[in-house]
Amino acid sequence: MKAMKKILIHFIALTVCVFVFSSPVTAAKSPPAKGAILPEINLAVPVKDRAKSYLGLSTSGFFKIPQIRAKVVLIEIFSMYCPHCQGDAPDVNKLYNMIEGNPRLKNKVKLIGIGAGNSSYEVEVFAKTYDIPFPLFADMDYSIHKVLGEVRTPYFIGIKINNDGTHRVFYSKLGGVDNPDQFLDLMLRLSGVK
Amino acid sequence: MKKSNCFSVLPGIVLIFFLAATAYGLSDAFKDNIYHPENLKPTDSVLKVKVGDRAPDFTLPAVSGGKISLSRYLGKKNVVISFVPAAWTPVCSDQWPGYNIVEDLFNKNDAILLGITVDNIPTLFAWTNQMGNLWFPVLSDFWPHGRTADAYGVLRSDGITERALFIIDKKGIIRDINVNDINKRPRLESIVRELEKLNK
Repeated sequence: MKAMKKILIHFIALTVCVFVFSSPVTAAKSPPAKGAILPEINLAVPVKDRAKSYLGLSTSGFFKIPQIRAKVVLIEIFSMYCPHCQGDAPDVNKLYNMIEGNPRLKNKVKLIGIGAGNSSYEVEVFAKTYDIPFPLFADMDYSIHKVLGEVRTPYFIGIKINNDGTHRVFYSKLGGVDNPDQFLDLMLRLSGVK
Repeated sequence: MKKSNCFSVLPGIVLIFFLAATAYGLSDAFKDNIYHPENLKPTDSVLKVKVGDRAPDFTLPAVSGGKISLSRYLGKKNVVISFVPAAWTPVCSDQWPGYNIVEDLFNKNDAILLGITVDNIPTLFAWTNQMGNLWFPVLSDFWPHGRTADAYGVLRSDGITERALFIIDKKGIIRDINVNDINKRPRLESIVRELEKLNK
């Protein structure tokens, strides 16, 4: 019951504070292509200090992914209901730990997850089940999923953020991490971040 | 008769922004093997049971072998019956895999989950194999076609079932019914909330 209460508390907090707001949605015909920019996506600034600090966000309200303080942001589109996402979760955690454990990368590469069709409660269950250490955001009404081309899950998008605040997609592909070492090498090579 | 809304638990702020969604966050686990029907009529049947009724008993073959009767859980477990419309379709394929990672939530509420479709055993075997090792029984209501679904009043006119959840207590009494829009997945929190009520 304690665990359940904990989930419920997180659920309420997430529902109120991590709610994903997106203005009227037009479904994209395809996912963001390499070289393109992300469609406009507004995420709620996390309430948890740890997540807020990880993303380098100082304000409350909403933010756009390129506002994350990093050179590279890796975005996983996942679902709590997706068997491959469940199976890949430990490898994504390893990827996160490899990045955070490397002083050269720690402040340059960040990881977030967006739960397609998942409520805040469901995202929290996923986070708790797999002990996910990076911020996850609910996309209960599929509004983000739609503007990202209604991809299957898991799907990874990598963006490189330039010094002037502009950004470009350098990776956009269906599939999980599978091999964290190889995946990280690929992300560093494609993004040019060292 | 109660038809609970799976979104009723969510605060109004969420509902304000809720957009009618037909998109599917389909898992790549199923590759290109999912048949995508058009958006279906949200519900297409008339319930034959109501909250407070004794749940109609049934005995159905399980994918794991043998047969399972609802009555075997009398006095032992609360039961959640999850009818899903059909194997190899989008929303159904992304429903039970989510339940598969929350066995602890069912255990904490002294509950078992029974998944039922009108598909035959070989079809269910192939389909559920893509979901990983399910901890709960999956039952086939294939023959006589949809007899159990019909007893509950969730057999649609085209022979598939509604996307419906029935929560039954240890005395065999139906405590909650959720006949969801067939095109949408019910929220996990709606099940957990109803199960917790049984233990209060």
